[in-house]
Amino acid sequence: MSTVNSFRTGPDEGGHFGIFGGRYVAETLMPLILELERVYNACKADPGFQKELAGFHTHYVGRPSPLYFAERITEKLGGAKVYFKRDELNHTGAHKVNNCLGQALVAKRMGKRHIIAETGAGQHGVATATVCARFGMECTVFMGAEDIERQKPNVERMRLLGATVHPVTSGSATLKDAMNEALRFWVSKAETHFYIIGTVAGPHPYPAMVRDFQSVIGIETRHQMQEAEGRLPDTLVACIGGGSNAMGLFHPFLDDPSVRIIGVEAGGHGVSTGKHAASLTGGRPGVLHGNRTYLLQDDDGQITEAHSISAGLDYPGIGPEHAWLHDMKRVEYVSATDDEALEAFQFCSRLEGIIPALEPSHALAHVMKLAPTLPKDHLLVMNMCGRGDKDLAAVLGHLERRGRPI
Amino acid sequence: MTKRIADRFAELKKANRAGLGIFITAGDPDPKTSLDLLKGLPRAGADFVELGMPFTDPMADGPAIQAASQRALKAGMTLKKTLDLVRGFRESDKTTPLVLMGYYNPVYIYGVDRFLDDALKAGVDGLIMVDMPAEEDEELCLPALKKDIAFIRLATPTTDDVRLPKVLTNSSGFVYYVSITGITGTASGDVNKIEQAVARLKRATQLPIAVGFGINTPDQAAAVARVADAAVVGTAVVKVIADHLKQPAEAVAKTHKFIAELAAGVRGARVNA
Repeated sequence: MSTVNSFRTGPDEGGHFGIFGGRYVAETLMPLILELERVYNACKADPGFQKELAGFHTHYVGRPSPLYFAERITEKLGGAKVYFKRDELNHTGAHKVNNCLGQALVAKRMGKRHIIAETGAGQHGVATATVCARFGMECTVFMGAEDIERQKPNVERMRLLGATVHPVTSGSATLKDAMNEALRFWVSKAETHFYIIGTVAGPHPYPAMVRDFQSVIGIETRHQMQEAEGRLPDTLVACIGGGSNAMGLFHPFLDDPSVRIIGVEAGGHGVSTGKHAASLTGGRPGVLHGNRTYLLQDDDGQITEAHSISAGLDYPGIGPEHAWLHDMKRVEYVSATDDEALEAFQFCSRLEGIIPALEPSHALAHVMKLAPTLPKDHLLVMNMCGRGDKDLAAVLGHLERRGRPI
Repeated sequence: MTKRIADRFAELKKANRAGLGIFITAGDPDPKTSLDLLKGLPRAGADFVELGMPFTDPMADGPAIQAASQRALKAGMTLKKTLDLVRGFRESDKTTPLVLMGYYNPVYIYGVDRFLDDALKAGVDGLIMVDMPAEEDEELCLPALKKDIAFIRLATPTTDDVRLPKVLTNSSGFVYYVSITGITGTASGDVNKIEQAVARLKRATQLPIAVGFGINTPDQAAAVARVADAAVVGTAVVKVIADHLKQPAEAVAKTHKFIAELAAGVRGARVNA
């Protein structure tokens, strides 16, 4: 398979995972990123910091999130035992808060009171606005105008929490453009503002830092599966936009060769149609937003627009560590279409009484294909990384247009 | 080739005046008009040219240059066509330095070695890559220097004394001082602060210092020309093009006229000081 001794030692000093990652940013931001790296490394090694973070996990976020045996889905699919890692039960309703909490504590250490963030589905924006309210920090969230339309409840939530939501109209007015605008704003306020990037992308040290803060998902899963079944899981499945929930689940298992790991990208209308957000399946390596990774782009290196029913997966790139794990063939990457995700959304709601976000509905869509092919003693864990309340209006509209009202 | 840049700054020094650098985006508003614009820059008063390579996601640029990039891409501009423009420019001008400015991805996709060879052949003298800090020098900067293409680095107000040597180590051609902490075309820098910053850079390097980002008028250009080796104007020039999209010939004439005003400001700066 590969010649490395461990898949868990990256990145190198320059922030590279193989050829991926790096620090491709304007000089204005370099001193800041180097300072962040220094402070983050100090936090990582500081038991006081880790203790403070763990305290917030327990009492504010509600961790550990349960590892739930989805009995009725298991029965219906007739194969592998399907478990959900219930990160949708976190405070704010998604895994995003794990990372925001960690970065806000780092920002506090750096003495920064102003926070900026980009958001697609609004989950990262809400999580950022939440921790900013909790720590008394000023919060500005950049969000594509298109996404503001798609995710109204989250926009209201951010405003209620005291954040300023800054609509972005440039480009396709979605997550990629929100990130461009957040970076532009950050360049102009580099000395006073802390940028909480929401996924395992961006310049080093962000991909590693966000992964570390999300790894609590995988670490808990290991213990919980040990308690439930007395062994490691056989297969892990998670959805991928930038890839933070997936990296959080996967990373603690990368060196366990018996664990099969699968990331599910957003296939949109189907990868062959060109209207999708599957950067590993349908893209190639390039440089954007501070790192080298797989990107959707044309032959001239211009970035093309992603498409997904899920605003949270609607991004033409993917975290650099995923790009590396893809090339190393440690993790398999597949895709699920808009229609498959919609079907999974309804399937899960009816069978388990859990309304999943559209993002993990993509993961579930793959589980629905995979589980029936596996033996009954096969342990499969899917990361239920967000809840679907925010998607209700959008989903109802899509189902009606497809002639399948609820 | 780096010689054209060195020769130009030597001439400027001899004439005891600062230079004027003009930025336009390649292919804006369309490839043909862009070539007319480009060819007329030296006569209008540009001492060197920064030609922007259009990119879908220009993260260090404000709305004016973002829009210019989009116009160019919409008109079918590619990196290959940008190099064609440079070739067209060199048919009538062998002495004015021309540097390409932009973001790395299109170059990466074109292929670094192939790009450097083609750029040199087309008549490119240097590169300003916004998203290529010193930390990534091995990838493009060092190969460019090896082929005698200058790698012009940006220094910013956040580049402190600890970092400055790292920024200057593989810099060549000139140093581009970004006079504001921000993106292109948003605000104007304080001339006193710019003077101090230029003095600080001069203590650390022999290279000429050009100042850009936030210079919008002939007066501002003149003020910078008193304290730096060159003033660079981009956004204000691109805005003139944007104001005349319906009449390409008018866009060319008005842009060149504006550049002549900037040049008069820069050329008179030290005489009138």
